[in-house]
Amino acid sequence: MFKKTYILFGIAILLQTIVFGQTSKDMLHIQGGSYIPLYGRDSVLVTVNDFFMDKLPVTNEQYVDFVKQYPKWQKSNVKRLFADEMYLRNWKNDTILNSTEHLKSPITYVSWFAASKYCECQGKRLPTVDEWEYVAMADEELADARVKKTYNEKILSWYEAPRTNTYEVGRNPENFWGIKDLHGLVWEWTSDFNSILITGESRKDVDKDTNLFCGSAAVGATDLMNYAAFMRYAFRGSITARYNIKNLGFRCVQDMPFE
Amino acid sequence: MKTYILGFCMLCLGVMSCKQETKQVAEATETLKQSEEISDMSIYNLPSTWTNQNGKDIQLKDLKGNVLVMVMIYTTCKAACPRLVADMRNIEKRLPESTKGKVNMIFVSIDPETDTPERLKAFAKENFMDKEPWTFLRSSEQNTREFAAVLAVKYKEISPMDFSHSNIISVFNDAGELVFQQEGLGVNSDATIENIEKAVNEM
Repeated sequence: MFKKTYILFGIAILLQTIVFGQTSKDMLHIQGGSYIPLYGRDSVLVTVNDFFMDKLPVTNEQYVDFVKQYPKWQKSNVKRLFADEMYLRNWKNDTILNSTEHLKSPITYVSWFAASKYCECQGKRLPTVDEWEYVAMADEELADARVKKTYNEKILSWYEAPRTNTYEVGRNPENFWGIKDLHGLVWEWTSDFNSILITGESRKDVDKDTNLFCGSAAVGATDLMNYAAFMRYAFRGSITARYNIKNLGFRCVQDMPFE
Repeated sequence: MKTYILGFCMLCLGVMSCKQETKQVAEATETLKQSEEISDMSIYNLPSTWTNQNGKDIQLKDLKGNVLVMVMIYTTCKAACPRLVADMRNIEKRLPESTKGKVNMIFVSIDPETDTPERLKAFAKENFMDKEPWTFLRSSEQNTREFAAVLAVKYKEISPMDFSHSNIISVFNDAGELVFQQEGLGVNSDATIENIEKAVNEM
């Protein structure tokens, strides 16, 4: 009898890891490494540990499921501290999208708080800027494609294309890691987006306000050729966690189970 | 029959993690209603737990009832933080007698790894701030990031002992709503003091 219970329990746990680990299908393993990001600690190498990343950005459909399960995050219930009036602006009501929207499009008009909470509920978290940029510097062939001229051009041509947020997820080719849509659909929240020390007013032609930021002189661009990345950092530096923006979505990551 | 039991077991285990959380949330909102309504824009909506310089665990809503003046620093900082501490001290000194006992002056660490409660205690003593109305708080890295997001404070670790960070002093009214922010170092604090007084008068 005891034996049977053990076996039963064992099977249940095994199945649970398969169902909820989601490692093979929806999330992909990213092998850690070092690189010099656009803005780093004194322009030194940043080290990223191994982790799992969602293959695709979170979709409208997935977010509908989330708010059904967590009514606190529905449009009419959300606390203003956590999301401004633009939250889920393209939704008809608490659980239904406008008829113009597609279920398979990336969720946008979500705040950092909402995105963080979504990931937390899936047993995941938002990627750090360093993690996101690490995976995003890959193209289809190389883990670090930033040296290629075509890499930058492709991303910049997307930045110019209008209304890419209405496309369905998964339309772009898999990158080196098997991840899709880091470029080409929407921009994505990162857990520490508020570590970018550029003042919001970019027209002032200065990227650091020495009076407002302590030690900001130590943080500067290391690779100004990477203009696409520069735009991303500038964007992150200009937003606030309550903002909900039309072309800003997110995806989640997960730490390796045993470190 | 066995298969049914097995299936049921799996289901139970599967849904447990998320269900529990919903239940907790429900309980939390209930207790919330019991005490007093917390407004939508109040920082008392944040559920995070913080530890003060005396090693005592608190939630932000435990600070409810007073006007809060908050700044994010780290104790090993050599450049701007001493000036921020000085700014806070000057603000406190200039507050009129009528506001005494109604204003909490709070430092929140952006370097929770280094700034243990012991370290915060030592820092408080060094600065003669180990007494009312001063409080020093630390929490997990995640909670700190969240709190900074609420305050629109930006910070980044640039080496294990050094951070870049925004120099912002924030004033919250007794409901926990952000009413004013002073940006920059060594700036004139008149507006900040005015706003603290105003928040106290509206209590």
